[in-house]
Amino acid sequence: MDEKLLEIEDLCVEFPTEKGKIRPVDRVSLEIRTGTITGLVGESGCGKSMTARAVMNLIKKPGKMTGGRILLEGRDLGQMGAKERRLLQGREISMIFQDPMSSLNPVMKAGKQVDEVIRLHEGTDAGEARRRTIEMFAAVGIPDPERRYDAYPHELSGGLRQRVMIAMAMICKPKLLIADEPTTALDVTVEAQILELMEKLREGGTSILLISHNLGVIARMCEDVYVMYAGKIVEHAEIGTLFADPAHPYTKGLLRAVTSLQEETALLETIPGNVPQLYELPQGCRFSNRCAFATERCRADEPALRDLGGRECACFLEDRA
Amino acid sequence: MKRLLQAVLVLLLVSLALFVMLRIVPGNPVAVLMGEHANEATIERLTAELGLDQPIHVQFFRYLGGAIRGDFGTSYSLGKPVSQLMGAAFVNTLLLALAAALFAWIVGGLCGLLAAIRKNSIPDRLFMGFSLLGISMPVFMVAMILQYVFGYWLHWLPISGVSDWRSFILPAIALGWNSAGSIARLVRSTLADTLEDDYIDTARAKGLSETAVIWRHALRNTMLPTVTMMALQLSGLLSGAVITETVFSINGIGRLAVQAINGRDIPLLQGTVLFATALVIFGNLIADLLYKVLDPRTRREVKE
Repeated sequence: MDEKLLEIEDLCVEFPTEKGKIRPVDRVSLEIRTGTITGLVGESGCGKSMTARAVMNLIKKPGKMTGGRILLEGRDLGQMGAKERRLLQGREISMIFQDPMSSLNPVMKAGKQVDEVIRLHEGTDAGEARRRTIEMFAAVGIPDPERRYDAYPHELSGGLRQRVMIAMAMICKPKLLIADEPTTALDVTVEAQILELMEKLREGGTSILLISHNLGVIARMCEDVYVMYAGKIVEHAEIGTLFADPAHPYTKGLLRAVTSLQEETALLETIPGNVPQLYELPQGCRFSNRCAFATERCRADEPALRDLGGRECACFLEDRA
Repeated sequence: MKRLLQAVLVLLLVSLALFVMLRIVPGNPVAVLMGEHANEATIERLTAELGLDQPIHVQFFRYLGGAIRGDFGTSYSLGKPVSQLMGAAFVNTLLLALAAALFAWIVGGLCGLLAAIRKNSIPDRLFMGFSLLGISMPVFMVAMILQYVFGYWLHWLPISGVSDWRSFILPAIALGWNSAGSIARLVRSTLADTLEDDYIDTARAKGLSETAVIWRHALRNTMLPTVTMMALQLSGLLSGAVITETVFSINGIGRLAVQAINGRDIPLLQGTVLFATALVIFGNLIADLLYKVLDPRTRREVKE
C-alpha cells in the first residue's frame, strides 16, 4: 500500500495584484498514497483550496501555476496536451466542492448533470446513462433515486445536493477524489453521513484528498495529514503522531484550540493574531509574528520542511530535540 | 390565467387614461379638421355628429363598446375605419419589429458572447466600442447613415417604401441597432459573471470542453436576465418604429400614429396607442412564460 498515486512537487501558484505578485501556494510538495485518505488542513486562505485547484487545472485567471510538477501515477499533468489532461478529469481525478448549492447548475436536472460525465467519458447513450445515474444515486444513499434524477438542485436539500455531487464525482470510478471542504456547508448530522459515505468510497478503492479546516473531520477520516500555513506546508505526519505529538507551534496552536472547545474551558484558546496577508509576509518564518516561541533566527531565516524521521516539520525549534 | 386577466386590466386602464388625456388637451379637434375658415354652425353640427358633445363617460362607454366588437371608430383625417387602416399597417410594423428584434438578438447576442469569451481581446474592444455607438446613436441618425451608404451610395438596397423583403433590411438594422448594442453589453457582462460561478468549475472538473461548458452550462443561465431585457426593449422598439417608419416611408402603425397626432385624429391615435400597449403587454407576457421555461426555480412547486 505504499504506491504513490499523486505526487505534487514544489508547486507554486502566483497571482499578480496591485501590491505585487503574491504566491498563495509556495513550493508545496505532498503525496497521496494509493488507497488512503490524506488530509490537508489549515485556516481559510492558507492555500489549500488553491493547491487542489492547481491539480484540477481550475486556477482562476489571472493566477497561474508558475512552478513545480503534478504527477498522477508518474504521469506529469503539466506535460500533457490540453485535451488529454481535460479528459483525465472526471474520469481519473474528480473533485467535489464546498457549497453544494452553488456547485450544481440551477437550471439543469440533477440527474442530467451526473450522466453528462459518463456520456462524455464513456460515450454511454442516454438511456444507459440514466440507468447508471439512478444506480449511482442509490449507491450514494439518495432515497427515491428515480424521482431525484428529474429534480432540479433547488428542490433538493443540502445533504442530497452534496450526494449528487459525490455521485457525479464517483460515477466513472476515479482513482482520486479531491474533496474541498465537502461538509463545511452542511449541518452536523448530514456531515456524519457524508463522511461515512466517503469512507465507503475509500474502501471501494478510491484515494481521497480531504481538504478541511476542521480537525475533528481530519482526525476521523485521514491516515496522513499535511498542515498548511500561509501558502506553505509546515508539518506532515501520520494522523496518530500529529495529534499525540504535534511538532510545529502552529499545529500545536490548532490542536489546543480544538481541545479547549471539547473541555469547555471558560476561555477559548486561540492562536493570537491573524493569518498574514500574502503581500506582507513577515521576514523569516511566516508564523514567527504569531508564534510564542519565536527566536531571532525565526525572524531572520525561513525554516525549510525537513524530515524528522517518519514526519516532516518546518521549524527551527525542532533542532533541539 | 391570472397574468392574462392582469393584462386585460392594464389594457383597460391604459385606454381610459388615454381617452381622458386626449379630451383634456386644449384645442377642438373638429376645428382643426375643418380648417381656418369653417363657421361656428358647421363645427357644432360636426361635433354633434361625431358624438363629441356628449359627456365624457358616455363617450368612453360608446368607444369601449365599439372597441370590444373590433370597431375603433372612423379616422377623422383619412375618413376610413381605424380598424381597416391599422390592419394594413399592422403587418408592416410587425414584420419590421420582428426583423429588428431578430437582428438585435442575433448580432447583439453573438457579439456579447464572443466578447465575453475573449475578454479584453481586440474583438471584445471592437464590439464594445460598436455597442457604445449603438446605444448612443439616435435611431433617425442610424437610419439616415444607412440610407446614404447602402441606398444612395452603393445602391444595394431600397431607401424607402415597401416593395419586397429587401425593403425591410435597412429599417430593421436601423431600428434594431440600439437594442443590439445594449444586448451585446448585457450578454457580455452576464456571461462573464456566469463563467465565474461555482457550477462552471464543476462542469470544467467533469472534463467538459470549454465550448460545452459555455453552451450547456453558462448560456442558459446567461439568458435569464437577457430575456427580461428583450421584453422591456419591445416598447423601445415600438417608439423607434415611429421614427423608422417615417424616415423609410413605411406604411406602419408608427407612421399612422404620427399622422394621427398631426391631424388631431383622436380615433386613429387611440387605436394606434392601444395597439402599441397591447404589444408591450404581450411582450412581457411572453417574457414571463419564457422565464418559467428557462428557470425551473420560478416554476411553482408541485412536488412534495
